[in-house]
Amino acid sequence: MSDNTLELTGVGFFRYLWRQLTSMRTALILLLLLGIGAIPGSIFPQRTQNPMKVREYFNNNPDVAEWMDRLKLFDVYGSPWFSAIYLLLFISLIGCVLPRSWEHFKAIGAKPPLTPKNLNRLEFHRVVECDSTTALANAEHWLKKNRFRIRHNPNSISAEKGYARETGNLLFHLSLIVVLVGIGSSSVLGMRGEAIVNIGERFINAPTSYDNLALGRFFKVENLNPFSLTLTNFKAEYDLGTNAPIDYTLTASASDVVDGASKIKIIKVNSPLTFGSTRVFLQANGYSPLVTVRDKSGDLIFQGAVPFLPQDANLTSAGTIKIPDMDPQIGFVGSFIPTADRSASRGAFSSFPEALDPRLLLSVFQGDLGMDSGIPQSVYRLDTSKMERIGLKELAIGESYSFNSVGTITFDGYTPWVNLQIVRDPGKQYALVGSILAILGLLISLFTRRRRIWIKIGEVVEVAGLSKNNIEGLEKEIIDLTTWIKER
Amino acid sequence: MGSTSLAYLSNNLIYSSLFVFTITFFMHAIETAWSIRGDESATRTNVFDRSKTEKVARIATALMILGFLLLLAGVIVRGLSAHRVPWGNMYEFSITGALAFTGAYLAALKKFEVRWLGLPISIAVLLVLGTAITLLYRPSAPLVPALKSTWLVVHVSAAIISGGVFLLANTIAATYLILDRMESRGGRNAWAKRLPSLEVLDQLTYRLVAFVFPLWTFAVIAGAIWAESAWGRYWGWDPKETWAFITWVAYAAYLHARVTAGWKGKKAAWLCLFAGSTFLFNYVYVNVWGTGRHTYSGL
Repeated sequence: MSDNTLELTGVGFFRYLWRQLTSMRTALILLLLLGIGAIPGSIFPQRTQNPMKVREYFNNNPDVAEWMDRLKLFDVYGSPWFSAIYLLLFISLIGCVLPRSWEHFKAIGAKPPLTPKNLNRLEFHRVVECDSTTALANAEHWLKKNRFRIRHNPNSISAEKGYARETGNLLFHLSLIVVLVGIGSSSVLGMRGEAIVNIGERFINAPTSYDNLALGRFFKVENLNPFSLTLTNFKAEYDLGTNAPIDYTLTASASDVVDGASKIKIIKVNSPLTFGSTRVFLQANGYSPLVTVRDKSGDLIFQGAVPFLPQDANLTSAGTIKIPDMDPQIGFVGSFIPTADRSASRGAFSSFPEALDPRLLLSVFQGDLGMDSGIPQSVYRLDTSKMERIGLKELAIGESYSFNSVGTITFDGYTPWVNLQIVRDPGKQYALVGSILAILGLLISLFTRRRRIWIKIGEVVEVAGLSKNNIEGLEKEIIDLTTWIKER
Repeated sequence: MGSTSLAYLSNNLIYSSLFVFTITFFMHAIETAWSIRGDESATRTNVFDRSKTEKVARIATALMILGFLLLLAGVIVRGLSAHRVPWGNMYEFSITGALAFTGAYLAALKKFEVRWLGLPISIAVLLVLGTAITLLYRPSAPLVPALKSTWLVVHVSAAIISGGVFLLANTIAATYLILDRMESRGGRNAWAKRLPSLEVLDQLTYRLVAFVFPLWTFAVIAGAIWAESAWGRYWGWDPKETWAFITWVAYAAYLHARVTAGWKGKKAAWLCLFAGSTFLFNYVYVNVWGTGRHTYSGL
């Protein structure tokens, strides 16, 4: 606690601040603040998790959103105020735990405190009727057998047990520091990226293969593992009653180095593929319709698989096909329906996520795709502001549609795509080891009883104890001890 | 037996347990009511007349055990009907949570004098089971791929047991606050006289939290390990994760508060209630209204 007479100048002021910061009360308040500070992040959409929702929020409440953005309420966990709380807590933790560890280290082998004058003021005080000449020796025998630390005083013995409580306590807090260091090192030394890959295609671990890639501050691009994956098959199983997915299995032929010898590997949702310290996770899946676009003279303009994004649980998917090489430019806004069904109210919709009876619904637009402006565009959206719609068509596999005598599009089939998440997280192990040690420390510190027992020979033989943590058990030990002394 | 008939059997077992818990509730209510009458004469003689209530209370405990066993069977059969652990949706979490809560009470009953908790416990179990059956019920179905992991068993069982004990600690902390208010206003009401002293309640709350806090820590860490293998990151501030963290922080604050002088008793009880309510909020809010990756197939 603070010293009221302290002069608040220079070094004294900093000492005062430091003492305040490392006090238990401050740590407690910071801990609660950390909890409270985490709440807004679970209520408001976060950029790191759901940027679309944030954009939606901005559209719906532009004024409020702007203010909230100034308070970093859309980036709570990376915000300066949230960082301030945990950094202060971190410093407070270190400032509290390190000196205590040192004290505890010095106390290894320390003897229990001297016997107090009036034992009858302590807990479970009792007078033992026994031979006072052998009482101390007998008591010592019992205490040693029960592994108490012992101090011999004239006519008395002090004993103490349960130093492990503080050891556990310190282990817990030191381990938390290890966890935090692990988390911190991941964010500067690791990488994380995502890529949508069609089945049948090859993924090479290079920056250009990614749809988005976040590198830690000290992660060098050259350090990307040079592996490659050729996706050979993807199987999704669905429950016939609820349409819910049951299992996803991705088969790939993997090689540690590009063009090296390859091995067949299976990737599932809960079993990622590991290349050294890099892991490949199966995150999402969808369908890419295969289309062929020809111009009016029948020349091939475009052929390939175009990933569409799932819109509902039955994988009705939406996407665009952009053909900048035709004049005027052509764009398709499409829906891929894996199992086509039709109702009066909903029109065409998908009734099952597996592609049992696929259809491709296309709106054809003609005009300027707006791709030359230099502003990056989403491949899943068509900017139709400078385009006009020239056709609408539903296609089954193998069917073609000739639009406005400009060209034809053929729906050749489909291939599934998967979203691979590729992560290198070097601090993970430290965080894990830290967590395990933290639980161990917690268990030791919460279940160890620290207690003292004194036995004193004066006119009578007296025994008393002191339990430091309010956990019961000392009374029984004192009864055991007194019976032992009596019966010897 | 086929999956459908097993699911049907599970439903019947759960209905039966609900019925038994209802009788348990009445028995505990009668016990409490009688102890008030017994108390009026007792105030003069300072002796509690427990002869009548004792018998009723024993019947209530026996029924509570029966209800627990029926519920246990219901939960197990539910799992058998779906060929997996019965923790795939909120209906299943709720019935298992009610089971853990009753189990925590019965286990505590063996060690401590907590039979007075019977009434609030039976009310809480009735509420949880009632909501589960009426609002949350979903037919038995297989798991979605993300849940197909051994960690489901580890993570969810640790979380459910922690939840059961947290709620028990909350019930005791709430009792503490009610009694504390009564005492500061001149004395306990007749029905409250047979309840333990404030100090005992305070101590009991602390011991329950201290016992289960490491388990909750483990539940969070097991969840993180699982999240790493399923979603590619061990911590992503998903709403469920955030609230699990908030609960953890709140209970850590409670434990620290207890060792710091001046935070025993009332303040600590409020802190415990706050911590427990973050757990409940996490369960209800994130599953029902929340977004994020912990929301699966319709609750």
